[in-house]
Amino acid sequence: MNETDPVVSVRDLRKTYGKVVGLDGVSLEIHRGETFAMLGPNGAGKSTTIEILEGYRDRTGGEAKVLGVDPQTGGIDWKARLGIVLQNTGESGDVTVTEQLTHFAGYYENPRNVQEVIEAVGLTEKAKARIAKLSGGQRRRVDVALGIIGRPRLLFLDEPTTGFDPEARRQFWGLIESLKAEGTTILLTTHYLDEAAHLADRAAVINHGKIVALGKIDEIGGKDARVPLVKWRASGEAKQQRTQKPAELVAKLQKEFGGEPEGLEVIRPSLEDIYLELVGVNSHSVANEDASNLVEVSI
Amino acid sequence: MSNSTVTATGTATESGIPHIDSIVRTLKLGFSRIGYELKLYFRQGDSVFFSFLFPILMLAVFAVAFSSAGNIGTRPDGTGGITFAAYYLPGMVAAGMLLSGVQNLGVDIAGEKGNGTLKRLAGSPLPVISYFIGKIGMVLVSAVFQAILLLLVARIAFNVELPTDPNKWWLFAWVFLLGVITSCVLGIALSALPRSGKSATAVVIPIVLLLQFISGVYLQFSMLPDWLQNFASIFPLKWMAQGMRAVFLPDSFKAVEQTGTWDLGWVAIVMLIWFVVGLLLCKLTFRWIRKDT
Repeated sequence: MNETDPVVSVRDLRKTYGKVVGLDGVSLEIHRGETFAMLGPNGAGKSTTIEILEGYRDRTGGEAKVLGVDPQTGGIDWKARLGIVLQNTGESGDVTVTEQLTHFAGYYENPRNVQEVIEAVGLTEKAKARIAKLSGGQRRRVDVALGIIGRPRLLFLDEPTTGFDPEARRQFWGLIESLKAEGTTILLTTHYLDEAAHLADRAAVINHGKIVALGKIDEIGGKDARVPLVKWRASGEAKQQRTQKPAELVAKLQKEFGGEPEGLEVIRPSLEDIYLELVGVNSHSVANEDASNLVEVSI
Repeated sequence: MSNSTVTATGTATESGIPHIDSIVRTLKLGFSRIGYELKLYFRQGDSVFFSFLFPILMLAVFAVAFSSAGNIGTRPDGTGGITFAAYYLPGMVAAGMLLSGVQNLGVDIAGEKGNGTLKRLAGSPLPVISYFIGKIGMVLVSAVFQAILLLLVARIAFNVELPTDPNKWWLFAWVFLLGVITSCVLGIALSALPRSGKSATAVVIPIVLLLQFISGVYLQFSMLPDWLQNFASIFPLKWMAQGMRAVFLPDSFKAVEQTGTWDLGWVAIVMLIWFVVGLLLCKLTFRWIRKDT
């Protein structure tokens, strides 16, 4: 594998469970040092995709390479370069945080320092506590710590911050940013669109086993989806208009009203708005216009 | 997940991924797993209580229950008899060997499958063989402690005379070692049977309980009907118990064995066969995870 080869490369990935289609031709590439987010509703195929790439599931069709290796045949050497944070874990946890990390560090050639990792995930005060005694969010941080202890080239994070409070989430983002800065390639699935917007360089929105949008975080969904929305009130009635030139419209409004328009807002659709539009259109086959109305209402 | 543990895949090396997988690493991680497993084992109170102390409690129950029944196996001239505690000791040693391996690992591994431990290990660079070494090592260490405790209790609390002949202790050593390791591979193989961690005890316990009743652990083997004796002889526990009787009972007791001898050759052969069968079953049925479930 060359420096420039994609870390993950997937072409026309298919997965069927009997007659049920789980993945219907997914293609994507993740490059070195990139943080890539997979977004989509429950059951859309995010976890199926990530578990195929982790080697937990076999694909029905298509091609997949992770670090240049087919994940279906990946051996010990291959696994030593991966970090996997699974969606849920429920181990008995009769070991302490330090013991667990020290033990797992022994699986890798060049592991991170155990104390530093514990500090990075914010568990220094719990280092000597048994994992069973930790809260859900704290156990999740142990999962993340186990995922990064081996200094992985590629880190899989499957809904890593589910159950975190806002402060813990911010802390976690800081940790991921420091991993990014070290050059770790990251594949992230999340339900939190702000998280994807904050952490990811690129994202794919997946729905019904297909990628419905793929691109840079600030370009995903296309230009039209990002047309800013201007809202104001005129004689008590709510008004709104989509425009590429919000400043022009605001200036016009100011002239019209001879001063500050009442309740003025300029809104640039967030990733979440765009995502809801993408997923909404595809999951309900609503006509485009109706869907954008829905989004406008939700704004 | 591939089960290849000792050899590296060619593709991995071609891809520029450093080659770290080796037999030395597999063994090293196996030994590190033994310590980790032992720590976990002795920290779960209930499992320690039931499987670790069980044979000791059972010996106490039998010894106390029959304490007024006098001796067993006494010759007409009044010599050669032993107490019920001494009579039950070999059976309890054998039961401990079976439970430490089959029941412990069968339930333990099924539980680890259910709670996600194995899924995490599947995604880590831990070889399957290292995991097995950890489990078997953990069982061996705990079984040795259990046997020592059992013998101490028998000696001190129930005044059972232990063998002084070194040959008997050599016999003890190989029957014990072969028996425990055979139990371990059978336990690992059996862990594939329960559909969930919760149903594991319900699947495993009836099997080991039944075996104990027909193999001369709780009931005197020579009192069982011939067909049941023959049926029990298919399974390894009967032979573990017989081997232990050869260690701990006076030689006069071999007269009531099926063939009138201790049949130590068969003790070794049957256990070895089950060891190989268990290994094959492990190879065939053990997976870190069941893909696509």
